[in-house]
Amino acid sequence: MALIELAGIERVFHLGDSVVHALTRLDVGIEAGEYVAIMGPSGSGKSTLLNLLGLLDRPDAGIYRLEGRDVTTLTPDEQATVRSRRIGFVFQSFHLVPRLTAAENIALPMMLAGIGAAERAQRVATALKDFGLEKRADHRPDQLSGGQRQRVAIARATVMQPAVLLADEPTGNLDRATGDDVIHLLEALNARGMTLIVVTHDQKIGSRARRQLMMEDGELKFDSARPAAVAG
Amino acid sequence: MRTADILRFARDAATGYPLRTSLSVLAMAIGVAAVVVLTALGDGARRYVVDQFSALGSNLVIVLPGRSATGGFSPANALTTTPRDLTVDDAFALTRLPSVRRVAPLAAGNSEISANGRLREVVVAGTASTYLDIRSFRMAQGSFLPEGDWSRGAPVAVIGSKIKEEIFGSTQAVGELIRLGDRRLRIVGVLRPVGQGLGMNTDEVVFVPAAVAQSLFNTNTLFRILIEARSRGEIEAVKREVTAVLKARHGGEEDITVITQDAVLATFDRLLRALTAAVAGIAAISLAVAGILVMNVMLVAVTQRTGEIGLLKALGARGATIRNAFMAEAAMLSLVGAFTGYGLGLFGAFVLRQLYPVFPAYPPDWAVIAALGTALSTGLLFGIMPARRAARLDPVQALMKH
Repeated sequence: MALIELAGIERVFHLGDSVVHALTRLDVGIEAGEYVAIMGPSGSGKSTLLNLLGLLDRPDAGIYRLEGRDVTTLTPDEQATVRSRRIGFVFQSFHLVPRLTAAENIALPMMLAGIGAAERAQRVATALKDFGLEKRADHRPDQLSGGQRQRVAIARATVMQPAVLLADEPTGNLDRATGDDVIHLLEALNARGMTLIVVTHDQKIGSRARRQLMMEDGELKFDSARPAAVAG
Repeated sequence: MRTADILRFARDAATGYPLRTSLSVLAMAIGVAAVVVLTALGDGARRYVVDQFSALGSNLVIVLPGRSATGGFSPANALTTTPRDLTVDDAFALTRLPSVRRVAPLAAGNSEISANGRLREVVVAGTASTYLDIRSFRMAQGSFLPEGDWSRGAPVAVIGSKIKEEIFGSTQAVGELIRLGDRRLRIVGVLRPVGQGLGMNTDEVVFVPAAVAQSLFNTNTLFRILIEARSRGEIEAVKREVTAVLKARHGGEEDITVITQDAVLATFDRLLRALTAAVAGIAAISLAVAGILVMNVMLVAVTQRTGEIGLLKALGARGATIRNAFMAEAAMLSLVGAFTGYGLGLFGAFVLRQLYPVFPAYPPDWAVIAALGTALSTGLLFGIMPARRAARLDPVQALMKH
């Protein structure tokens, strides 16, 4: 059974009079533990796809099964629970809460999930150690470098041990060397079994993934796992 | 999300924007402080009046000549309702009533006092020895009017503290002779300062025996009869008996009015309570304004933290969690503002009491509870809209705003 199964996914935006098909007839399956890069020019629908995968957006048609369960028909609260337990997000602009320290930012998903303070502290300590942030625990985001910020964000995204990690241009705001560090960190997580889906327009980063999905005008143009099937 | 975590999160969010938070707290504080200070003023006025009336003496019943009820003007009425004046004999007759402890006649008029080479216009009160106890006055020097036959007054006078001050200064007044109108009287006592009461400033009154005053003003009527009941419970009995006795003495005509301190007091009490409630209402408008300000601040907070709200949703926060966090923040702003305002208000009332020691400016309990309650409920009420707006934000849109 695939971790993620998308069948006939459609997403349409209405911008004034014009209708934009952000996603059309999308059928994709992703197995647990895969490392997938979603690539394409801007406006190709790759961010829309990521938002759908992260349950931040709903498709207008089609079915999305996560771990075999149809998640498109869930209520908003049920979707929130799925996001909390099964999905981790890493953003281009880090999205750290500026008034919270690194440790508090990492603890945020556990706090939202209602996990007790003692367990939170213990898991945050482990995460800080795993990501080499022990000395930065009490620093606020504005006291951290870009690479440190993204490491805090990744620690936060993985602290609930999700099934899938969604990264939207994770190196977009970083210089080359720091970006490579972050990519290595994400790949290390993938090597330990975490499904990793990266959205990027950077060919060099995209080519590192074991599987590439090329998007164009809301359609899947190329899937490196099934080169022949979608080549129309 | 646990309640303690929501509260901590809301607190951190509020303290994360110190200027915004302190301004809305200040607005709420001013509103509550206004209610507390204004009701303290209003209720202080009420207490002041009540105290003044209590200073008249306890269980006081006052008899006035004439009927307060209005009759039709017909020949029959003209024949039967000729009001008789109150006399010293009327007053004396009342002393025999069982429910009455003391009676004092009161004849009043203006005259000139001349003594020690000085001349001054004064109010002359003709009364009896009982007046001192009925009004709970104290002597500064000497003694009050001597006991004795009310219809034959000794040529003595007791002067108020201000008259003593103005005419004799620091020299001895007791034993001195004064001229009051065409009378020569000897001062036997000086009253302690008491201030205003019964519509005249007692410190500027010369007390003489009732008979002396009546002959001074060439009359045999009384201005008032003051009666002290034996107890508070017997005030009604006094009213009844006094009316009956005077009706009998006046040929079956009920041509007097009996008022009790209670009735007058109750009227003033009602009046000033209404006044206090009115100023409290006016001050409460500022609370509503503060509530709207809290709403504005929270709306700004939602806009300012749109990215954060999107993030929280991405991290698995439910709409209800986000709504509760923003509601908690609004409640905290109101709560802190309300209690700061309460403290400020109490301080304001304290300053008022220091400036005007006679004025008991304490805020009434109901006003304090109402002010705090209104502050909290407006804060929460006006917090609902921004909180719902935050909870309904589309996470995709919200995340793009960063």
